[in-house]
Amino acid sequence: MKRLAIVLALVSGAALTTWLPAHAQQPRSGGELVFPVPSEPPSYDGHREETFGLIHPFAPFYNTLLRVDPFDPSGTKPVPSIAESWTVSPDGLTYTFKIRTGVKFHDGSDMTARDVKASHDKIIFPPPGVGSTRKGQYSAVASVEAPNATTVVIKLKYPSGSLLAGLSSPYNFIYKADILAKEPNWYEKNIMGTGPFTFVEHVKGSHVVGKKFADYWDKGKPYLDGFRAIFMRDSAAQVAAVRGERAHIQFRSFTPKDRDNLKAALGDKITVQESPWDCVLLVGFNHEKKPFDDKRVRRALTLALDRHEGSKALSQIAIVKTVAGVQVPGTPFATPPEELYKLAGYWTDPAKSRAEARRLLKEAGVPEGFSFTFSNRGIPMPYEPLGVWMIDQWRQVGLNVKHNVIESRAYYGVIRKGDAEVFMDFQCGYIVEPDLDMYKFLSSDRNPANYGRYKDPVLDDLYDKQGRAKSVEERKALIRQFEKRLLDEEVHYMMTLQWHRIVPHSSKVKGWTITPSHYLNNTLDTVWLTQ
Amino acid sequence: MTVTPHAIDELAGAGPRAGWLAAVLNFARRRPLGALGATVILLMVVLAASADVIAPYDPLATDYGAMLTAPGPGHWLGTDAFGRDVLSRMIYGSRTALMVGLGASLIGATLGSLIGVASAYFGGRVDLFVQRIMDVFFAFPVIILALAVVSILGTGVGNVILAIATPMVPRCARVVRSSALSVREMPYVDAARASGFGHRRIILRHMLPNVMAPILILGTAFLGEAILLESSLSFLGLGVTEPTAAWGLMLRGAAVEFAESAPWMAFFPGLAISLAVFGFNLFGDSLRDALDPRLRTQ
Repeated sequence: MKRLAIVLALVSGAALTTWLPAHAQQPRSGGELVFPVPSEPPSYDGHREETFGLIHPFAPFYNTLLRVDPFDPSGTKPVPSIAESWTVSPDGLTYTFKIRTGVKFHDGSDMTARDVKASHDKIIFPPPGVGSTRKGQYSAVASVEAPNATTVVIKLKYPSGSLLAGLSSPYNFIYKADILAKEPNWYEKNIMGTGPFTFVEHVKGSHVVGKKFADYWDKGKPYLDGFRAIFMRDSAAQVAAVRGERAHIQFRSFTPKDRDNLKAALGDKITVQESPWDCVLLVGFNHEKKPFDDKRVRRALTLALDRHEGSKALSQIAIVKTVAGVQVPGTPFATPPEELYKLAGYWTDPAKSRAEARRLLKEAGVPEGFSFTFSNRGIPMPYEPLGVWMIDQWRQVGLNVKHNVIESRAYYGVIRKGDAEVFMDFQCGYIVEPDLDMYKFLSSDRNPANYGRYKDPVLDDLYDKQGRAKSVEERKALIRQFEKRLLDEEVHYMMTLQWHRIVPHSSKVKGWTITPSHYLNNTLDTVWLTQ
Repeated sequence: MTVTPHAIDELAGAGPRAGWLAAVLNFARRRPLGALGATVILLMVVLAASADVIAPYDPLATDYGAMLTAPGPGHWLGTDAFGRDVLSRMIYGSRTALMVGLGASLIGATLGSLIGVASAYFGGRVDLFVQRIMDVFFAFPVIILALAVVSILGTGVGNVILAIATPMVPRCARVVRSSALSVREMPYVDAARASGFGHRRIILRHMLPNVMAPILILGTAFLGEAILLESSLSFLGLGVTEPTAAWGLMLRGAAVEFAESAPWMAFFPGLAISLAVFGFNLFGDSLRDALDPRLRTQ
């Protein structure tokens, strides 16, 4: 009897031990997620904007046709969202999406295929006067049709391997067709979607509040009662908020030092997630302003940078790390280092590189001590350290650079208007995919987000060809040609260093997985708090 | 007796002047704290003027092999997160501090004085109107007003000078106006009016020189405040921008992040700001005591 009691106790103990962790991971409903956001968007329109300042606080109010699997750390798998399934025709030219039923807008009306069509028409074929930053990513699309309330058909001009990735864009908010028909720009100043949270308030410069949408189509979700996004520009204040347990998470990234400090201070109360980051800061040259219309000058500016030393040094103090070309290092289409290091500005001999830079500047008639203004975005990390680094690198080839730091909201106005000479720009993808990552560099008549204001038909042609390549090897070769023309021969833009994403967050936060993109996983429907 | 315009101008002028060296020694003997303040200011001016000669390194030159080096023989006050020499950046930072401080004080005190004297001189509705505008400016705390101006104009040294000068204008105007009200009643002002002098001449040549004491005191006090305000704006990322060497700027970013492992990055610029403000306040207080006739007799 005693033996039996011992055996029973051991079995019960073992069962309890295995049950408890599993039970502890069961999502719990309730609580308000609080997170700082380092930037505030110029408008509420996801189709127009291109900043995480929009995605982090406003994505929870919307759904998209597809989404990237929120639990996939590679952040590369499109999964259903508003579309519950899809089929592709054998010729790859017709995609048919089955739209969910029972999806409601926050005003109580039903969402149908008509709303999906209207939203994607606005993104892909925007009428005059309506901004759509990423329309060029859908250049393969011939039409978007809604034959009935639960079907959307997208027809292509030519097969495109990146269409599903493009349709998973977290910016492609589904808007209400009736509203768009009356006022296409209504969503720039208003918020009304089908997302898991409804909009409560946005106090400019302070915060955004959302509360759980009771009629959300994915029953049981969201788990949170609501969220509060606090606009906090200063990174030290963001770290202090997490350290003081006044905020749960900052979705963008902290620095290596912040991570170490938080871990040292809070121990197990902090969980750290890290990932390579599909983000890079670029330097754009306004091709309409002299002397930056001269490719010798642009080439000199990229040759002045010692990226290899910069990588070692800046990775200790900033969220940048790897020397990269147009693709995230280590991904299938990335250029191998030995080939990349042949491009201008990637040479491993900085003295030789800078001597060539000086020669080119002299040849282009740019005098020693030539002064120009470098416009930078007023977000401290990593814009400021990279700005300081580059200005010093340019000084070493005899250039005198004035650093013009522009507040984040005003910054886009300046570079969109073409007021800046040389400026910091960025390329952040939501999925590592050459079509999406390289679209940024297309001619200004194809891509409104090309702030360099140049047109290069050769580059456009290479982009189109790689998107339609029939084999991986052919596509790789075309991407190499594109990269060489962009970064070495014409230097329309220049790359700085690839980012590295570090998100230390409260261990109370569950149901959130880091990916290489800080645009993903901000719908917050899967996120929950342990207490 | 014939009163010439020149004689009236003379009447409005200052009294007998003592030798400057004797005045300085007298000031130092009677007001040692003021002399201490003046020494700090003098040191700052010397550092700013000779920065190119005495700074051991180029303040903008990065050295990634020497990032976050602790104070030692190679770098007396250590290096920052970019390997820049902290001492050199502090020496050049004194130039930025003085440039912003002097620029803001000069603009603020000049405009404020002119507005204050003109307001007192014209009196009546003009005075009422001008003072109500000044009241509007007074309603905002100094830092808020400066933040508002810099957010409209943008960052950079020139804009920061204007941003800091703006809240100084009404404060100077109010103080100068109160002094100018009594000057307005002086016989030499009446005499100038009777002689048919224009408003500009009476304001600039007869009234303004006689309210110089409060202007000087305010200007000195503003200098310290302007340095503190510039540091605050730069610390908030709204003042002078990187890579310019400026004390407030040295306190932000990596200095905060590495405050525990590299405290010298924040400690020395913080000390410099404190000393400069302390120096200007001590000197300003002593100057006020020396120039205030009520305190002078004590």
